[in-house]
Amino acid sequence: MGIDIQHVIELWPEILKAFGQTMYMIGISLAVAIIIGLPLGIILFVTDRGLFLENRVIKGILGFIVNMVRSIPFIILLVALIPLTKLLVDSTIGPAAASVSLSVAAIPFFARIVETSLREIDKGVIEAAIAVGATPWMIIKDVLLPEAKSSLVQGITLTIISLVAYSAMAGVVGGGGIGDLAIRFGYYRYDNTIMIVTVVILIVLVQIIQQLGDWTSKAIDKR
Amino acid sequence: MIRINDLSKEYETKKGSVIGVDRVNLTINEGEVFGIVGYSGAGKSSLLRCINLLERPTSGKIEVNGLDLTKLRGEQLRKARLKIGMIFQHFYLISQKTVAENIAFALKAADTPKEKIATRVLELLEMVGLTDKKDVYPAQLSGGQKQRVGIARALANNPSVLLCDEATSALDPNTTLSILRLLKKINRELNITIVLITHEMNVVKEICDRMAVMQDGRVVEEGMVYDIFSNPQADLTKEFISSVVSFEVPQSILDQVTGRIVKVLFKGNVAGEGVISDMVQNFDVRGNFLHGSIEYIQEVPLGLFLMEIQGQPENITRAITYMEGRGAQVEVVRSGH
Repeated sequence: MGIDIQHVIELWPEILKAFGQTMYMIGISLAVAIIIGLPLGIILFVTDRGLFLENRVIKGILGFIVNMVRSIPFIILLVALIPLTKLLVDSTIGPAAASVSLSVAAIPFFARIVETSLREIDKGVIEAAIAVGATPWMIIKDVLLPEAKSSLVQGITLTIISLVAYSAMAGVVGGGGIGDLAIRFGYYRYDNTIMIVTVVILIVLVQIIQQLGDWTSKAIDKR
Repeated sequence: MIRINDLSKEYETKKGSVIGVDRVNLTINEGEVFGIVGYSGAGKSSLLRCINLLERPTSGKIEVNGLDLTKLRGEQLRKARLKIGMIFQHFYLISQKTVAENIAFALKAADTPKEKIATRVLELLEMVGLTDKKDVYPAQLSGGQKQRVGIARALANNPSVLLCDEATSALDPNTTLSILRLLKKINRELNITIVLITHEMNVVKEICDRMAVMQDGRVVEEGMVYDIFSNPQADLTKEFISSVVSFEVPQSILDQVTGRIVKVLFKGNVAGEGVISDMVQNFDVRGNFLHGSIEYIQEVPLGLFLMEIQGQPENITRAITYMEGRGAQVEVVRSGH
């Protein structure tokens, strides 16, 4: 099992394209996860028992939906969401189509991460804000988010890395991407060279994301 | 003025309901510093947190400046809280915001116009003596400095009441003293009513005008701090007082003492009058101090002495009557042998 440099050069455009597709899918689904998952996670937290917007009905319904989506294996979600994908992007194949399923999977994942991050905040700080007469919106904007931001950056890092792994399955709907390349060439065609190259790319990618996340999280923390 | 009327607070736990505060009635006058003392679990923290409805009482009424807070909810309650400041044992500052931003947060809650926030923040920082720490994050401050920020935040919207939840319990004795002095200054200069809870009698002695002692959710004693220190009624109160004024004399010393042992208490200015030296001069007795101290409660002296008096029994009795005539309270602890 060796590395055939010639073969790598030959397929380099393919690898680059796949890398671009991976970035595209992760970018879109991460953006959607943050835009929808962040508010969702905040709602899950503030409607919890003993908190300032306690609401068992909302907490119960949202919690149930989040758990439900999270319990569906991604590969099934990918297929099950084909009608929704068709509706949203007018196509069921390609990276854009795969991004729909990735987003749907990432939203509840990130929402739970947000909820957990917010739970780490000392309840006393929230209480002090209530005592000062702050509005719920002020508490969210000026207490919860700033106090959790370092932990949220760690959560975003975790979400990106999970998305890298999930996106490998996007090949099922022709989504492409690095992971898909590894499966198609390495797994189905026994092309060890491509498999090794793609896996190395993925390893490097994940390492860089993790390092960047750790560094950012530390840099913005004022504690 | 704060009026607490038949207030109870029960907590639901897995083992059933637990009573935190049990039918408490208290009136705290405008401009006074009121101390609530008790061991942990006595319900003092629950009571304090009911005053600004951080905890909603199970029954009873809380009136602050004539407004029944238990009737308020949501936006109305939030507005009422703007006028009730609170500080905490662990400060609870927003760690990711600077000192100035932490104070500005409170001002924003009251919809203070942007251009006024900066000047008000500086004013408050000046009051608590932290102008140089304006742009520093809480992590870089000492405990006492953090509490000063907490005080500035609590005072931001000119409250009429300041609630202090064990505000000095996490601080060393020197810092405690400086925070207490600041609270006293705020009380005097801004005429803010202060309600504080503590388990340290020294805190009460230092700044409170009146106090209440709590046990098992109930108020067991209430009154002027001086009166309670000089004449505690409940056993628990006596226990607390003894943490400040102790009369523990080793048994080996007591065994050597042959005369009559008396406890003498001087209130107010009598403490400085030299009653004991006059007594020794006028009667044919000898006095021997075993223990004693003069405590200053709100700058009024309270003298407590444990002494042995030797001499003829009738002379001792006359000497005691003399001291009583001069305003001392005398209690014979042991009649001598």
